[in-house]
Amino acid sequence: MARRPKLAVWKFASCDGCQLSLLDCEDELLAVAGAVEIANFPEASSAVVEGPYDLSLVEGSITTPHDAQRIQAVRAQSKFLVTIGACATAGGIQALRNFADVKDFIAAVYASPQFIDTLATSTAISAHIPVDYELHGCPINKAQLVEVISAFLAGRKPAVAAHSVCIECKQRGNVCVMVQGTPCLGPVTHAGCGAICPAYRRGCYGCYGPMETPNMPALTREWCELGADGRDIQRVLRSFNAWAEPFRQESEAHDD
Amino acid sequence: MTTKTIKVDYLARVEGEGALDLHIEGGQVTTANLRIFEPPRFYEAFLQGRSHGELPDIVARICGICPVAYQMSSVQAVENAFGVRVDGQLRALRRLLYCGEWIESHALHVVMLHAPDFLGYPDAIRMAEKHGDAVRKGLALKKAGNAILRLLGGREIHPVNVRPGGFYKVPSKAELAPLAEELKQARDLAEDLVHWVATFDFPDLERDYEFVAMRHPDEYPITEGRLVSNRNIDIDIAEYENEFEERHVAHSTALHSLLKRRGAYLVGPLARYALNYDRLPASMQSLAAEAGLGPVCNNPFRSIVVRALETAYACEEALRLIAAYEMPDAPCVPLEPREGEGFGCTEAPRGICWHRYEFEADGTIRTARIVPPTSQNQPSIEEDLAAVAAPIADAPDDVIRHLCEQAIRNYDPCISCSAHFLKLSVHRS
Repeated sequence: MARRPKLAVWKFASCDGCQLSLLDCEDELLAVAGAVEIANFPEASSAVVEGPYDLSLVEGSITTPHDAQRIQAVRAQSKFLVTIGACATAGGIQALRNFADVKDFIAAVYASPQFIDTLATSTAISAHIPVDYELHGCPINKAQLVEVISAFLAGRKPAVAAHSVCIECKQRGNVCVMVQGTPCLGPVTHAGCGAICPAYRRGCYGCYGPMETPNMPALTREWCELGADGRDIQRVLRSFNAWAEPFRQESEAHDD
Repeated sequence: MTTKTIKVDYLARVEGEGALDLHIEGGQVTTANLRIFEPPRFYEAFLQGRSHGELPDIVARICGICPVAYQMSSVQAVENAFGVRVDGQLRALRRLLYCGEWIESHALHVVMLHAPDFLGYPDAIRMAEKHGDAVRKGLALKKAGNAILRLLGGREIHPVNVRPGGFYKVPSKAELAPLAEELKQARDLAEDLVHWVATFDFPDLERDYEFVAMRHPDEYPITEGRLVSNRNIDIDIAEYENEFEERHVAHSTALHSLLKRRGAYLVGPLARYALNYDRLPASMQSLAAEAGLGPVCNNPFRSIVVRALETAYACEEALRLIAAYEMPDAPCVPLEPREGEGFGCTEAPRGICWHRYEFEADGTIRTARIVPPTSQNQPSIEEDLAAVAAPIADAPDDVIRHLCEQAIRNYDPCISCSAHFLKLSVHRS
């Protein structure tokens, strides 16, 4: 039998939800564990097999000087590296510091700021190293994660759609919430979640980040017609993918 | 005297990044520091200026394992500040959603992360080679908890359906019914789990904890109650800051919580169980007795049994809630923002999750303070480590290291919540 590819899972600043998605594959986990060697996955195992690794999954964003160095070492021992989730692909919600002075943030939370060693920004993994594939979402969709691993094993491109959440709404048979008067980020947001929010009768809040080439000004004009003001638009764009370029630029267009 | 260092570069099977320093002098443990250097994410800072309506979506991201706990404490605080009470079936649905989180989180920890310690495996995957049935049952149980989250919340991690005042959309009775079938099987799986973990060998350790948990007049506490302890604390959640304080210590990016007058205390399954044994249904008290548990358990290594028992309870409670469910007229109670302060506290799988917010007149957040369970347990974890290591201070490093790691995992520590990465170094002099 051929050697099973070695899988590693790495964590940077994050909530652990994306790597938990792997453990949430209750029906597929033992099959995945049969197809790859889980060589380095500290959240799930105390056994560590040394690198290099065939496939690395990276969760989290870079927020400390130590992590900025650590990600270089991860890249050096990974043949194929996939970033998973909004923190790793866009900096996460902790990138809200990028719009402020991090010293004020530290002072708001910690009594002894001198103990805290942090960077002024939270940035995507791709800002630091070359990344082979990015899987979006806050959190990622576990079926897409299984697809990415399967595609890697088969040596093909993952079948992950790049269109907007709008298409998923049509596929799911959702009635458009926007035509009912609810502001929605679906038209500019990357597909992958399955259009959950509109199915629960609320507007999409963009947790899968911007789709490719979104028309941001057209959407925010529509929001204004539905009664949203600049602050509402800025708030919704500044969440889990705030530092993703199209969301960042459009949110800055609504500065007072 | 010799100086020696034991190091574990990454404590595994916990959610987060931290480290442990043990100092042993002349056979005595002088300090046991749990160092947490999970990178800070500054939630309490960037929440300032956000809208109350965004709160449950944002605070969910503090933790991928227990997002519902953060959502529930935060919406409770909003409702408290705006003078609204969510009752009846909306309250029941929240409790049901929370039962789903208890089941998935407890099953994950008991079977996938903690059981391998007792059976001598590095992880559940390798454990499955000999104990495949137990692992498959654990995964099925976890899946049942996640089924509740998916139906009521839209997805397992970071559910989208929770809002201040209730939900965006509530299920019909018919939509909820299929869950009951899965949960009946899950309840049986959970009972098997209790019996299975009760057969493990537990190190002898009895600790004199101050237990802190919520207490409700009728229910085993999940979504609300007063804060009580076994040393006469009995306060409204708004009085939390009178009794407890947070300290920023150099070795942790998670603030340490302490009782102002007495220091360390313990939250989570052992505390809930000891303070609310009388709120468990007779079926669960019998199950506890079958598993060798009295009304109080002071052995932190036995927390795995209590956690399994709470999983069985959550399945049973979920079934009760589903059976009594009638679809409410509206998915949510209307809210009128007003200036003021609000408090929220609920029982996360790992213990009380306390929130306080000040709001401006339009519902914008002025200040936020969030106290997660793991930061409250840090001082207790350190005391446990000293107690665990003291009698075996002369044992080989490997023995100390293994038992200390296990002692930390007794807490199911969620370091992402508090701040992730556990490195163990023992200094001997």
